[in-house]
Amino acid sequence: MDIFLTILQGVPMTIGLTVAALAIGAVGGIPLALGRRSNVPIISLAAVSIIEILRGIPPIVWLFIIYFGLGTALPMLDPITSAVVGLGLISCAYMAEIYRGGLSAITRGQWEASEALGMGRGSVLTFIIGPQVFRVSVPAAASYAIGLLKDSSVAYTIGVSEIVYFANDQSRQTSDALGPFFLAALVYVIMTIPCAWATRALDARLRMRVAR
Amino acid sequence: MNFLSDWPTFLPGLLAGLGVSVQVALLSLVIGIPGGLLLAIGASSRKKAVRLLIIGVVEIGRGTPALVVLQIFYFGLPASGLTLSSMAASVVALAATTAAYTSEILRGGLQAVPQGEVEAAGALGMSRRDTLRFIVVPQGLRIAIPSLIGFAILIFQATSLAYTVALPELLSQAYSIGSSTFNYLSVLVLAGLMYAAITIPASWLTSRAEKRLARHL
Repeated sequence: MDIFLTILQGVPMTIGLTVAALAIGAVGGIPLALGRRSNVPIISLAAVSIIEILRGIPPIVWLFIIYFGLGTALPMLDPITSAVVGLGLISCAYMAEIYRGGLSAITRGQWEASEALGMGRGSVLTFIIGPQVFRVSVPAAASYAIGLLKDSSVAYTIGVSEIVYFANDQSRQTSDALGPFFLAALVYVIMTIPCAWATRALDARLRMRVAR
Repeated sequence: MNFLSDWPTFLPGLLAGLGVSVQVALLSLVIGIPGGLLLAIGASSRKKAVRLLIIGVVEIGRGTPALVVLQIFYFGLPASGLTLSSMAASVVALAATTAAYTSEILRGGLQAVPQGEVEAAGALGMSRRDTLRFIVVPQGLRIAIPSLIGFAILIFQATSLAYTVALPELLSQAYSIGSSTFNYLSVLVLAGLMYAAITIPASWLTSRAEKRLARHL
């Protein structure tokens, strides 16, 4: 029981990392998604390259590049900052792809109708298309968030004190190699399953408000 | 700055590591995907107990980070008398993760096969097993191919987690070169580019596969 409580101490860090990275991704994904749809070839090529490179390299490698690679030159990159920056950058790429899916789900007619009403491209995006894209993107973003919650465990390798870090620590102290990791797995399962239910319910509610 | 000039000297070590990474990924997929298919078929079993058990296994498998599964197989199993090498532990752990994830992908594929075909097969007097084998599984697998390739890319990336169990794969090699030359940034960036050199063309393959399949369905 003590072991379980100790492992629970890692939960705030795991959730914090996930929320911070997701917030960075939710904002940073917007310019990448719009850039990808740009009519200027250089911009869309740049956006596609950034997205592909961010997604193509494993998260743990990004964390190592930032923490061990850049960290030697930039001492303010402590483990937590490095993990947030690394996971946040990766989220930008994934969120951009999710927004892209959402943008293509909005029918062309809405762009045309807004244009016919004399709205500028910017205001169509902010008032008509944007809010709907966010709603359509919720299920995909939520399943990505659940994946991110689990992926945040890689931050343990650079010494961030999240769930796996405490599990590892406990298994050394109690010389029980199996129990702490099972408890860690249990904590993740407990966190992810209600998330999956909640998103299904939220998705059903938001979907009703999207024009088709 | 000798950022690029050292790359030729890093290359042999990293290529050896890349070989190990690819090997682990392929073995995990070869073992894990058939496992996922069995789970997918089991999840639509008519026996409620079987169905619930399998859904439970899949949910737990998908809810647990691959890193934790890996730690359980490598550090945990010796405690119960079964010691695995870092290679075996990595393959078994990633294969288990593959089975859990691909079972959901394959279940989606199997369900996408029109119900009418199953009924037609029944009307022709085909047994349930034959219907599954000749009608549902071949079509379901084809529908699932793009998502399976997408998942294979993620498993290839996940082999980097085996660094934590001292498997000499790409990331471990890069890290050990980094710690002996103190040129972490250069060697890690090269390693990252080597991952990208495989994953990016593979993701193009996914979108091509999607387009090809869309033509027939």
